[in-house]
Amino acid sequence: MTRDEIRDGILRALAQIAPEADLSRIKPHLRLRDQLDIDSMDLLNFVIAVHKQFNIDIPEADYPQLATLDGFVDYIAKAQTRK
Amino acid sequence: MAEFVMPQLGADMSAGKLIQWRKNVGDRVQRGDIIADVETEKADIEVEVFSTGVIEKVLIQPGQKVPVGTIMAIIREEGKPAHAEIPEVPALSPEAAPPPRVPVRAVAPPTAPGMARIHISPVAKKLAADLGVDPASVSGTGPGGRITLEDVQRAAQAQAAKAAPPEELDRAARMRQVIGAAMARSKREIPHYYLSTTIDMSRALAWLASENLKHSVEDRLVYGVLLVKAVALALREFPELNGLFVGGNAVPKPDIHVGVAISLRGGGLVAPALHKTDQQSLGELMKSFRDLVQRARAGSLRSSELSDPTITVTSLGEQGVEAVFGVIYPPQVALVGFGKIVDRPWASEGQITVRSAVTATLSGDHRVSDGHRGGLFLAAIERLLQEPSRL
Repeated sequence: MTRDEIRDGILRALAQIAPEADLSRIKPHLRLRDQLDIDSMDLLNFVIAVHKQFNIDIPEADYPQLATLDGFVDYIAKAQTRK
Repeated sequence: MAEFVMPQLGADMSAGKLIQWRKNVGDRVQRGDIIADVETEKADIEVEVFSTGVIEKVLIQPGQKVPVGTIMAIIREEGKPAHAEIPEVPALSPEAAPPPRVPVRAVAPPTAPGMARIHISPVAKKLAADLGVDPASVSGTGPGGRITLEDVQRAAQAQAAKAAPPEELDRAARMRQVIGAAMARSKREIPHYYLSTTIDMSRALAWLASENLKHSVEDRLVYGVLLVKAVALALREFPELNGLFVGGNAVPKPDIHVGVAISLRGGGLVAPALHKTDQQSLGELMKSFRDLVQRARAGSLRSSELSDPTITVTSLGEQGVEAVFGVIYPPQVALVGFGKIVDRPWASEGQITVRSAVTATLSGDHRVSDGHRGGLFLAAIERLLQEPSRL
């Protein structure tokens, strides 16, 4: 799976959680929580949606790596090569 | 025969607009079925029905906005005769209003001495009373100036149109108005008292972290669920805080439905119920909570979730404040607030250690409880949070 495909998948999951957000304006290197009005419950729903989409487990301790879109893509890409 | 009326979904709702019927005339419905979608200032609501039977008649069409209490459909309940005293209620469509008809069983209503006699049928009179319309202010279009059901409904609509925020405001502005009206009523009518205590959360958080290690992401818990469950269990010991204040009387409720305040993107908030909060396991509660937050923010809630809460819990912790002293949502009689969890120096048994702590507050209605009981209630929440595995 290419980075672009992973990125699209993550954005699809994000669109389920924050349907009103303009995802094209997200800056990939900045924290998602600072750009979107999301709280811990949204974040959990987001991680669950990504988990379902890519079928990878995401331990709670890894959440800090998912703070930005770039970080999230890296994390999924690495997890996929481990599979 | 049962009437399906526009429900009152919280103190801040005066009218609702029918988006669509989910059922048609002739369809069987069961108590609890979703029968219609209704738009309010806060959300689009899936409205549940309270009777079991067959839909006999539909009185309101999609697109119509009607006041709370307006009869929207007639349901023939099981085991009861068909067509029993069904009033002829023309649908309110301005362009195609059928000629008004007089109900067959029209009986002259009793009139007070000295008052002008008002020609109104008993059904129309009952509807007027239900909708808060003064029959003297309604001009009748029936034979001899008799006030028909349609006249009453039209008058109620006009009243609601006057009272309701103007349509040209966007939803956020309308929501601000209805929240403002409900909170103004709360501050006008409810003599609030406020209490605050700081609770050691170290044990609860340590237990939560070890539990979450065992579970896949879908079954993980957030600490907010522990707080809500602790409140629900504490309410069993303080039933007077779980209920409503209606018509000058405290009405404790047997079931504990904690309403959780959920902020909406773009402003405003809703506080829908987690049904039977005290009876759900933490895992079940977490799933219901997640689902509720997602649906609230997508603007899709069920009517019972908005009409059932018996207390509200608000947690502003994530916005970075340490304490919140909330305004009670009428007709409820209490509100519990939680701030953010912070590390604090904590003196215990002659030692100072660092503990994670949260400030819990209670806003109580002095007509129903006092600070002594309120304080014991907060102490019970604190005690319950020290044994998280038993929540």
